[in-house]
Amino acid sequence: MSISLPSQPVRGVHPGKLAINRFREQDHLDEAAVDAFLHERQVPIVEGPRCTFLYRGEADEVHLLHRIVNQPQRVPLRRIEGTRLWYVTIELPYGSRVEYQLELRRGDHTVQGNDPLNPQVAHSPVGSSSVCQAYGYETPEWTQVDPDARPGELLDLTLHSKALRRETHNRLYLPARFRTSSTYPLLIVHDGDDYLNYSAMKTVLDNLIHNLDMAETIVVFSNPGDRMREYPNYAPHARHLVAELVPHLEENYPVLRRPEGRALMGASFGAVASMSTAYRNPAMFGSLLLQSGSFVFTDIGDDHGGGPAFDPVVKFMNRYRAKPRKVADRLFVSCGVYEPLIVPNRSMVPVWESTGSTVRYVEARDGHSWENWRDRLRDGLSWIYPGPQKFVYE
Amino acid sequence: MPAEGPAEARPHSEHSASITLLGPQRQPRVDTVLESLGLHGARAAVINAGWREREPEDELLVELAGGNVVNLRLWHRMQEVWEADPEFAAADQQRRMLLEEMQDLYVVALDHVVDALRTMRDRVPRSKQIQQIALGDAERIMQEIDERHLRRVNEIHADFWSRWPPHERRPVQLLRQLIRRDLADTEVVLIPGGHVGVLVGALHLFNIAPQLRVPIVAWGAGAMALTDRVVLFHDRAAHGPSVSELFSQGLGLVRGTVALPAARERLALGNPVRMGVLARRLAPARCLLLDDKVRVDILPGADLPDDAPVLGEDGSLTTMGAVR
Repeated sequence: MSISLPSQPVRGVHPGKLAINRFREQDHLDEAAVDAFLHERQVPIVEGPRCTFLYRGEADEVHLLHRIVNQPQRVPLRRIEGTRLWYVTIELPYGSRVEYQLELRRGDHTVQGNDPLNPQVAHSPVGSSSVCQAYGYETPEWTQVDPDARPGELLDLTLHSKALRRETHNRLYLPARFRTSSTYPLLIVHDGDDYLNYSAMKTVLDNLIHNLDMAETIVVFSNPGDRMREYPNYAPHARHLVAELVPHLEENYPVLRRPEGRALMGASFGAVASMSTAYRNPAMFGSLLLQSGSFVFTDIGDDHGGGPAFDPVVKFMNRYRAKPRKVADRLFVSCGVYEPLIVPNRSMVPVWESTGSTVRYVEARDGHSWENWRDRLRDGLSWIYPGPQKFVYE
Repeated sequence: MPAEGPAEARPHSEHSASITLLGPQRQPRVDTVLESLGLHGARAAVINAGWREREPEDELLVELAGGNVVNLRLWHRMQEVWEADPEFAAADQQRRMLLEEMQDLYVVALDHVVDALRTMRDRVPRSKQIQQIALGDAERIMQEIDERHLRRVNEIHADFWSRWPPHERRPVQLLRQLIRRDLADTEVVLIPGGHVGVLVGALHLFNIAPQLRVPIVAWGAGAMALTDRVVLFHDRAAHGPSVSELFSQGLGLVRGTVALPAARERLALGNPVRMGVLARRLAPARCLLLDDKVRVDILPGADLPDDAPVLGEDGSLTTMGAVR
């Protein structure tokens, strides 16, 4: 089953001349005019589906850098004569959220950085980027701290792993009103600290549980050692989760001991780790939540274009596609339409469905980013572990 | 004693006193309602087991009722039973596991019929008449699945009660006595909303229905629990609209009625196709829309009043008087 992208409403599309064009048509253009133009204006300027990116300063060339697949990803800005203001307008469909940077060339010197005129910034383990929130995009309110939502507790959980031959460092989320006399479903999250730091996942869990959208759940935020080794279909990783982490949790916490009460989750390579662990341990996990999975495969030959890091992924995916089998009863799969991984993710949906899994597939006008994964958390978490909302009538 | 005659000809109320069903009480009107019934300040029993661990937080309700209130504490008393009688608790847990599994599979089946209905409706028909026949058949299949599901749910409950007669369990016996004493001098019973599964479970465990002989004021899950069939619904769930599902039998004090609290918030009332399927599927029962400010007074042994808001079988919003 799939869910389509949000459609642009018929009304509300900006009909008139763009602000930047009205500015360019002014009789007298100088820095004072630029000051007036920029005063209290949000940048990029979003007018319906058209977004105008700006840079103000001395440069020989300015480029907009983004990663929207199948679009020119290095777009030149034009300087407005008589000023130091540069601009380019691109079209971004309804509901888009795009991360970008600006590249400036001055002589032989080129620098790349965030947009100084835009305070909206997204963070990730590899740095930050500016964010263009296009027409129709709104930061979901359930990603923001709700003072009424009673917070869950986050505990450190260090566990020695014989399988991985290292200490594993996890955080354990216990929902508000946690009681040892109850039993809870279990969710294991790959790249746990990144989900906490860049996708506000603790806040999201607190809010979804408070709003009855999601069942009270014990969540383990696990963290990789050598990520590029442990996540792409690595037997010791799967062994660690299944033979070490889950038994430890079952022994020490009141978690459900049935497949429908166990779920794995991850983004990018973390999604591959989730899927390959479930593949190696059939009937162990009832649900998978896979975000922008790096499910790269080839239909012919070995040339996948992803570099050596993807070799084990492609080997695994090609083998899986040749002989697919059910990895879990329920799969929530999401992907951004602006990322190159959209093609393999779309392609995998019918393959998973052919194994008898129920698949909920969601796309977003977003990229390979932690805020994209944050924004899809409600769809995914409320589906894999629905809250008691359907039972509660005030 | 159940009334005689065909089901659809029987009156909606099986209760010996009046029943008042209300919309959500975020801006509470319980005090005015009780005043209009001449019961403000009268001895009132509160059954708010649907609030679960928040059951004792009843201060506002006590104040609205005029202060002369006894809380039957059914949720806490149910926990006492489970703690005192682990064997009984384990059997109950097994029953709930079976019911959950059954409910999940029932919803899977319903989802497929809903998909089929959508596919048939969206298809450009060569004959409108044939299309309507096929749609009607699919709706009847849905009704059949509903009926079978509810029958099986009832069988599981009946099997549980026969193997574990609650009146033979000592903790239940003791608590039933206490509840009977609490209820003895009450003049009105208030049943607010909350978790409908928990509320209905507690009401059945302590066999409350036969002890209710005074006027009842109920809303939310409380209103649902008084009817003969509890239907779960949420067209605006976080993960998208879900198919409405029959859940269990209620107390059956209000018959031939499916209570739909906060209908405007929870149902796609603007979608007559979807609402029509729901209304026809649950017919001959009436889908009673309990929105803000709605008040439905049902006199002893009488039908729903003419001004009661209900869903028409074409999915429109109408009143009982218009469809009678």
